[in-house]
Amino acid sequence: MRLKETYLNAAVLLGLLAVPLFALVTDEPFTITLVTRAVILALAAVGLNIALGIGGLVSFGHAVFFGLGGYAMGILAHHAQTYTAMDFGAFSIAGTKVMPVIWVVAVTLCALVALLIGLLSLRTSGVYFIMITLAFGQMFFYFAISWAQYGGEDGLSIYVRNDFPGLNTLVPIQYFGICFVLLALALLLFHRLQNAPFGLALNAARQTAARVETVGLTPMHLKLVAFVISGVITGLAGALFADLNRFVSPSMFSWQLSGELIVLIIIGGVGRLMGPVIGACVFVALEHLLGGLTVYWHIYLGLILLSIVLFARGGVIGLLTGKEGAHV
Amino acid sequence: MSDPVLDISNLSKSFGALRATDDVSLTLMPGEIHAIIGPNGAGKSTLIKQICGNLRSDAGRVHLMGRDVSSFSTQARANAGLARTFQISELAMEDSVLENVVLGAIGAEARPWRFWRKALDTPALVERADAALDRVGLQGARDVICANLSHGQRRQLEVAVALTLAPKAFVMDEPMAGLGAEGSKTLTGFLDSLRDEAPILLVEHDMDAVFALADRISVLVYGKIIATGTVDDIRSSAVVRDAYLGEEA
Ligand SMILES: Nc1ncnc2c1ncn2[C@@H]1O[C@H](COP(=O)(O)OP(=O)(O)O)[C@@H](O)[C@H]1O
Ligand SMILES: [Mg+2]
Repeated sequence: MRLKETYLNAAVLLGLLAVPLFALVTDEPFTITLVTRAVILALAAVGLNIALGIGGLVSFGHAVFFGLGGYAMGILAHHAQTYTAMDFGAFSIAGTKVMPVIWVVAVTLCALVALLIGLLSLRTSGVYFIMITLAFGQMFFYFAISWAQYGGEDGLSIYVRNDFPGLNTLVPIQYFGICFVLLALALLLFHRLQNAPFGLALNAARQTAARVETVGLTPMHLKLVAFVISGVITGLAGALFADLNRFVSPSMFSWQLSGELIVLIIIGGVGRLMGPVIGACVFVALEHLLGGLTVYWHIYLGLILLSIVLFARGGVIGLLTGKEGAHV
Repeated sequence: MSDPVLDISNLSKSFGALRATDDVSLTLMPGEIHAIIGPNGAGKSTLIKQICGNLRSDAGRVHLMGRDVSSFSTQARANAGLARTFQISELAMEDSVLENVVLGAIGAEARPWRFWRKALDTPALVERADAALDRVGLQGARDVICANLSHGQRRQLEVAVALTLAPKAFVMDEPMAGLGAEGSKTLTGFLDSLRDEAPILLVEHDMDAVFALADRISVLVYGKIIATGTVDDIRSSAVVRDAYLGEEA
């Protein structure tokens, strides 16, 4: 059984590499962009999977981090392309078009905000946790809408994609490569973390807080750290997503996006290493195939989701390997 | 006489008008098994929760190895050397037996902040865990998912997790609950050997086990300790017979 999941995981990763390479040969750049979109959404969901899948934290506000990553990219690139500096009164900071620098800013910002949101929301659990994280998401959403300096409702456009040293990010396959490597690194981190003492303790805290306390560990601390790591990864994905579209708007903060990230994980398999990847592929494929046929494609997505929740608790991976996933 | 490992003084806890524990004082001496008996609803589990920090006491203090731990959280008391087992098993049901004891080992080392190396490939953790499994005789079920264990095996696993903590004192809430005669006998033998490692505060309904194991017995009725003494003292006490043993015998 275990082996089967390993094969499945390898097949998915290889497929994710093969499709854009094939599209490169047949000269279909749009397909490459589509797969890149799936890879980035998968990265965002790998982040959420740490909080949700291992820690059982149903965060309905992970769009906060996705949006923060997006706006970190948008704002820095905006200042770079307009040759203006961000004015903080006492000091000012120049913009940048260098991706790694943007990522560091995005990740740091998300870590701080995740720490704050985590400290406030982890006092609650269950439905209250869902509601409070949703509320934070809405807060950021409306803030972004009203932030006229950075486009308000209309968002911010970036003329050219940001730079990565040594690569031409405007070439779709090269940008795909960057995103794929980051996804692979995040998957490696998820895998190690899940099996490390931290992951074992976090996973136990999801199941029984009393047991974890009785061995001398503090569930709240474990969950807080998980929430921060989770937010950081989702934030990085947000920066990549904004760069893919060369556009960032308040919709990156929307509750629909938070919901979609949860849906991706449920489709693939909660707490499974490749759950978010499979979920993202299914999601993007449906969005593309059904979205072309009918504007009501979300209904079909809903039906698929419903059947998975009712008949295949472990998501696609559970269905294929015959093993249920973590119970949230 | 030496100092008590666990010194409980004047603990009280009310739920509304109900005085679940009422001015309870007792000590746990080195090398001793101190049993607490009493009818259902007497306040035994409440007392244990107060001792282990799961319930805030209305009054009273708890000292562990001479240190006042009254204001400590459950985690801090565990780190200070208190190992509790639950009346109703509290285990990570989706995890394997080994993972459950390794959790104890992680807690014992107080080092959960390791994000890279596999817990089950970390010799210090696995050795500590295996040693505990060996001692309770669960080595054969090492890789079984906890949810698939028999009731008796879960009771054994509860004790194994407590063992990984290498505690200063054990606090056990009805460890024999639901075990068959055979299981109770095995566990009785095991607890007997455990007292040299750390003393045990033992809440137990199984009178055969209590009479076989206890150095001292305290009888809790309606939240009050009505008698404390040796097995013989308690057996021959008229007060106890009236209040409690009479019902059973
Ligand atoms: N959280 C609680 N809230 C209200 N009443 C409680 C609570 N916990 C226990 N009690 C009551 O306190 C009394 C003692 O319970 P407990 O300590 O579980 O007894 P025992 O373990 O000796 O059977 C019982 O009457 C029980 O109903
Ligand atoms: Mg009880």
